Amino acid sequence: MNGYVGTPTSRVDGRAKVTGAAKYAGEFTADRLVHGFVVEATIPRGRIAQLDTSEALKVAGVLDVLTHANRPSLADKDDAWKDEVAPEGSPFRPLYDDTIKFNGQPIALVVAEEWATAKFAATLVRIDYEQAEFATDLEAERGGASEMDKPHKPRGDAAGALAAAALRHEADYLIPTEHHNPMELYATTTVWEGDGKLTVYDKTQGVQNVQKFLCGVFDKKPEDIRVLSPYVGGAFGSGLRPQYQVVLATLAALALKRSVRVVLTRQQMYGLGYRPMTIERVALGAKSDGTLDAVTHEAIAVTSRYEDFARNDTGWAEQLYSSPNSSFSHKLVHLDVSTPSDMRAPGAASGVCALECAMDELAVALNLDPIELRLKCYSDRDQSENLPYTSKQLRQCYARGAEAFGWGRRDPAPRSMRDGKELVGWGMATGVWEALQMPVAVRIVLTSNGHAEVSCAASDIGTGTYTIVAQVAADALGLPIENISVRLADSTLPQAPVEGGSWMAASSAHAVLGAAEDIRQELARHAQAMPSSPLAGVDAQDIILAEGTIAKAGERGRAISIADAMRYGKLERIEKQKLNEFPEDKSHARNTHSAVFAEVKVDEELGVIRVTRVVSAVAAGRILNTKTGRSQIMGGVVWGIGMALHEETVMDHRFGRIMNANIAEYHIPVNADVHDIDVIFVDEPDTHINKLGVKGLGEIGIVGVPAAIANAVYHATGKRIRRFPITLDKLLG
Amino acid sequence: MNNFRYSRASDIADAIRLLAPDPGAKLIAGGTNLIDLMKENVERPSRLIDISRLPLREIVETPDGGLRIGALVPNSDLAYHPLIEQRYPLLASAILAGASAQLRNMASVGGNLMQRTRCPYFYDTATPCNKRSLGSGCSAIDGLNRNHAILGTSNSCIATNPSDMSVALAALGALVHIAGPNGERTIALTDFHRLPDDKPHLDTNLGSGEIIIAVELPPHSFARNYSYLKIRDRMSYAFALVSVAAALELEGNAISGARVALGGVAHKPWRSLEAEAALRGQAATPDHFGHAADLLLQGASARSHNGFKIELARRAVVRTLMQATNATPQSQAHKKIA
Ligand SMILES: Cc1cc2nc3c(=O)[nH]c(=O)nc-3n(C[C@H](O)[C@H](O)[C@H](O)COP(=O)(O)OP(=O)(O)OC[C@H]3O[C@@H](n4cnc5c(N)ncnc54)[C@H](O)[C@@H]3O)c2cc1C
Ligand code: SF4
Repeated sequence: MNGYVGTPTSRVDGRAKVTGAAKYAGEFTADRLVHGFVVEATIPRGRIAQLDTSEALKVAGVLDVLTHANRPSLADKDDAWKDEVAPEGSPFRPLYDDTIKFNGQPIALVVAEEWATAKFAATLVRIDYEQAEFATDLEAERGGASEMDKPHKPRGDAAGALAAAALRHEADYLIPTEHHNPMELYATTTVWEGDGKLTVYDKTQGVQNVQKFLCGVFDKKPEDIRVLSPYVGGAFGSGLRPQYQVVLATLAALALKRSVRVVLTRQQMYGLGYRPMTIERVALGAKSDGTLDAVTHEAIAVTSRYEDFARNDTGWAEQLYSSPNSSFSHKLVHLDVSTPSDMRAPGAASGVCALECAMDELAVALNLDPIELRLKCYSDRDQSENLPYTSKQLRQCYARGAEAFGWGRRDPAPRSMRDGKELVGWGMATGVWEALQMPVAVRIVLTSNGHAEVSCAASDIGTGTYTIVAQVAADALGLPIENISVRLADSTLPQAPVEGGSWMAASSAHAVLGAAEDIRQELARHAQAMPSSPLAGVDAQDIILAEGTIAKAGERGRAISIADAMRYGKLERIEKQKLNEFPEDKSHARNTHSAVFAEVKVDEELGVIRVTRVVSAVAAGRILNTKTGRSQIMGGVVWGIGMALHEETVMDHRFGRIMNANIAEYHIPVNADVHDIDVIFVDEPDTHINKLGVKGLGEIGIVGVPAAIANAVYHATGKRIRRFPITLDKLLG
Repeated sequence: MNNFRYSRASDIADAIRLLAPDPGAKLIAGGTNLIDLMKENVERPSRLIDISRLPLREIVETPDGGLRIGALVPNSDLAYHPLIEQRYPLLASAILAGASAQLRNMASVGGNLMQRTRCPYFYDTATPCNKRSLGSGCSAIDGLNRNHAILGTSNSCIATNPSDMSVALAALGALVHIAGPNGERTIALTDFHRLPDDKPHLDTNLGSGEIIIAVELPPHSFARNYSYLKIRDRMSYAFALVSVAAALELEGNAISGARVALGGVAHKPWRSLEAEAALRGQAATPDHFGHAADLLLQGASARSHNGFKIELARRAVVRTLMQATNATPQSQAHKKIA
């Protein structure tokens, strides 16, 4: 099969997006649509003593103000509120009762004929609180951290080995709270279809997850609620769980028996999930020859008081480098904040950042080149399970990345390289992520005119799912890509999990292959049954679909057009639905890897930092689409620049409030902060992982980038900044 | 956002007539600051008086060789106006260091002078702030104050003025023309903004019922030796941590005239005549610039998180004056500090 897969095919939905034809959740409309505006709590913990909506209700055009006191019924069991990816605990229930669990919690929804009316009336809702003692400061509450169930077994005697190590490095690295800030605001348009039936357009990464959740929360039958999310303007993990606006819009639609749209403001989105602030404590012990003898990694992260959100921060240290002794722990501090959520490479972005900074510090202490140190403890087996990888071309990533970057010309001494007033620093780091695959089903409907519609409930959150599904289908069906239409993100379509974890590319591609294979077999049957078929007698396995025909492989002259075969079989359409199948196989570890090289230039007097070059060499199996794939990695690199230098959600712990809840003050990189980014896809044939050898690219792009930059800043300035982001004041001090 | 009345002023007199009797009324020009503040319920005007169509969009030469800039000239038009580019490049540069192209297209000269502080507590009605609600307290003094003032602060407010344009105008010795119920008056830009003292709710000395109608640039334009350097947390589209507008008059390497104004450090653009006087007659060297910076920063004091600004400002002053000396002004388009 070759054709579109592996090429830089342009996005099939690109035109719809740039022309505005692509509609997002907050853009769908309906007859008699009304608008909801959220009123949020302004304290982090306590009770609503009094909630007076009378003034708001007097405003002309206001239809209702929904609160915990007057809302329609909501499920009262945690189970109903637990979505597919909910962590342990008792999920937040908007407008459920009078308790306040975090600042920014929704406590009322004003519904009005016009959005502006609702927004105005929201200012007239009077709330009296009974405030309670609260805590929001991770560093101050660090002592109260509680140990999660240890996900990783210790190896050997890490403490003993550390104490005995010839060289030791131990430090805390602080990753601040960060917010996703997708371009598109969180929005839901719930359309009242009559009779209690609802069509819900929601910004989400998983329509079936939301559908099931809503059915549980509102005690509805599956056929009563349909959820769609045809386009998503970025989500990065923030849309994995159903967000509260989908509950509120649906609640209001049921209360008013009308269609309701709720769009959150940018400020309100800071009340949703976030990358949790985490103290990453890493200790490394080495023998004098530079081999690792001990690794310990302890993560202390924020979570809410009602859910235990924890991700794999520390497992990467365990998996990546060979060390006979290691121990790991993950602790949580429960604070009066909303529950964190997954955010691009959750766990790894933070944990590997700390690990790779620590490895750099160790390399300096050992007087070793940072790549050499990593090669000395390179492991061809996953250290945690002692398993071989389905493929691991990390060595090649180091080599190709170093070559493209010019690493060999690096003078290892800090402050040794300069360019005019700027100190120049070169740093590197390793990146790692997992290559997961999940059950996904796809339906293909082939019509006799040679068009195929491929459909699946999966979302395309901007990553390019529409495009790769079309590519794989076009190749498998032997049709031009223009003849493929893709329908995604409708809960009535074949099953898909939330789009996350970098699993959708491999998972959906193989579901497409499966359905296409069934179509091939059926077409082959018809073709061979035709009178004087040129395919008569050909082994069914040797029959392929190519260029709109059913043909013998290697002998294209022996072919029948799809149209003829279907006419012969009296078929207008062939419809096949298939769940992907990945054989259960615990014999191998599955990961993607990268080597990231960064150049920074730091103004020596002013401390201004610029990331002037990044080379990211990625080994992620077969790349389905080198154009969207490259964009994924570039996006990850840009985000990594932000994580290293800019991003931080700042809270005033006296009020337990976020003080930079807007994108003027919450900084992400702008154009002027981004220079050359070179993405290299290292060849990584993988015949083991799945048929196509595909691993997925969603998260790997960010992992390692912040550390490479931080290490470059050290190389430039001689200063180790372990509290992210690295702002210029930290260099001046 | 609250309900408000809206009137479109037919001329300046009409605007003043509408504004003077109604303390809750607000002028609106580009709306880029006011509307944001209204959305946050920080500004709750009873009436908006739309002045955006008044004929205050001209840039004309004054008899003495300066320029008079109408209060409604968009920031972009001003920055790219040939007379500004050629004769007052310091001003053009400062404007282009601010905000984004889209915002500069909407923002007016008058609105830019009147833009309010970006102190996060000022924006958040759930926290105390003397500027927003006099007497409620200042949350920044013992709170998050990394980007707060180091000069001219008071015990009631430590906010900074966020305007870039004003810093260049201060250095250039601009004048502000004002019209009000009692006729017209003119004040120096450096007297236009106030220090917070015990009235932090007042940003400027503009009286009630008064309107900015123009800004005037004196003839002396420092077109050769100037630079505007803005230090911020990312390379563009962020407010200044510290910014410097510098302009020199040089005879050989000797300074015959100097102007230095700082932004991001006080409730107003910060100038020191003493520092500028100390430079006159001196050679244009980093040492002399450092001395001037010390004078300019005399009395600077830090709170818990903004101490770095004092040294940063000192170094930025030296750098900017060197850029001016070498006639290599900071580019606002390059992704690099010169
Ligand atoms: C995201 C963002 C980033 C920004 N970054 C920067 C930056 O880096 N540097 C910078 O300098 N600025 C920055 N700005 C601020 C921007 O420069 C101001 O918002 C703009 O200059 C205001 O002009 P305007 O005409 O839109 O004012 P408006 O919003 O219309 O008015 C602002 C105030 O001025 C008053 N006013 C307007 N005209 C007059 C007049 N003629 N007489 C008396 N009062 C008047 C209004 O009543 C109101 O109180 C930024 C703004 C935003 C939103
Ligand atoms: S510094 Fe000024 S604006 Fe900021 S909180 Fe204090 S009083 Fe308000």
